Amino acid sequence: MKIVMLLLLLLSPIANAVDAYQFNNPEQQAAYQSLVSELRCLVCQNQPIGDSNAELAADLRRQVYEMLQQGKSKADIQQFMTERYGDFVLYNPPFKAKTGLLWLGPVVFLVVGLIAVFLFTRRKKTVPPSDSVGEDTEKLAAVRRLLTDKDTENLS
Amino acid sequence: MRIPMPDLYIAGGLFALSQLTYFLIMLKFIIPLVLFVVLAIFLALGLNLNPHDIPSPFINKPAPAFSAPKLTAPTEKLSTNDLKGKVWLFNVWASWCVSCRAEHPVLNELAKQQAVMIIGLNYKDEPDAAKQWLDTLGNPYNVSIMDADGRIGIDWGVYGVPETFVVDKKGVIRLKYTGPVTPEAIQQTLLPLINQLQAEQP
Repeated sequence: MKIVMLLLLLLSPIANAVDAYQFNNPEQQAAYQSLVSELRCLVCQNQPIGDSNAELAADLRRQVYEMLQQGKSKADIQQFMTERYGDFVLYNPPFKAKTGLLWLGPVVFLVVGLIAVFLFTRRKKTVPPSDSVGEDTEKLAAVRRLLTDKDTENLS
Repeated sequence: MRIPMPDLYIAGGLFALSQLTYFLIMLKFIIPLVLFVVLAIFLALGLNLNPHDIPSPFINKPAPAFSAPKLTAPTEKLSTNDLKGKVWLFNVWASWCVSCRAEHPVLNELAKQQAVMIIGLNYKDEPDAAKQWLDTLGNPYNVSIMDADGRIGIDWGVYGVPETFVVDKKGVIRLKYTGPVTPEAIQQTLLPLINQLQAEQP
């Protein structure tokens, strides 16, 4: 008996996570599935509300379902959520001043990286020869001096 | 006209050239150092940010309307209209909420000062457990309303209890505080704002 109770206790959260919602048509169900997978659960922030067992996630799923039943569109529901929880609730936030860094950051890093790679590879090719040329002219001058000295010695 | 000491120019030029080469060689070491420092600053900031401190979209927006039964007298209702012209604190709490227990003495202390009306939102709680909690720990709230199914909570964008809002006389939300209110937050943030709002015309 104790084991059965324990098993029931273990199973209960899983049973709660599955909401038994009845949908009017397949489109509505599809809209529900896509919404609960792209709205963020604010309690467990790396899960969409569709995957989360948190109470708030269940409440938000209920809210999504009820609004769909009332004939609200996906955009309406997304707007309802952002009005209350901010853009943070969307896994796919819109592009605006506040989210600019989020969207453009990776591009900026990529461009900076490419420029750095370009500069470094170019410098490696050009810098060493210029150094060796300076050295060579010095050596050449020294050799020339030696040669002319020898020449004058021979002449005298 | 005599050309003034061309040797000096050459020496100066050579000196400048050597400084430039020196600088370019040092740059090889300076650039990675600068990059490292910038990265370290970003990581340090990221580590110290609280991911649960989400900016509320409600600041300077009208408070969402509610009309809900009072905890101590379920037949009576309190609505946002009843609070027009008053500065009020809206504190979301529940008897199952552990951080609320830590926050409670701070709210009791604030209530003693009578600086502001404190309205409680008893969020997804059992009324009996909630009443017992107030009996044993003290009741800082002028009124607590019940939100059994969490709908008022959703309207106010509540995602973690406790949360505290400051609403001005026009019914506009002026501040949201996420997490248990500390005595420092009361002294440094809440009370100065409350005093400022109390002085405003309704």
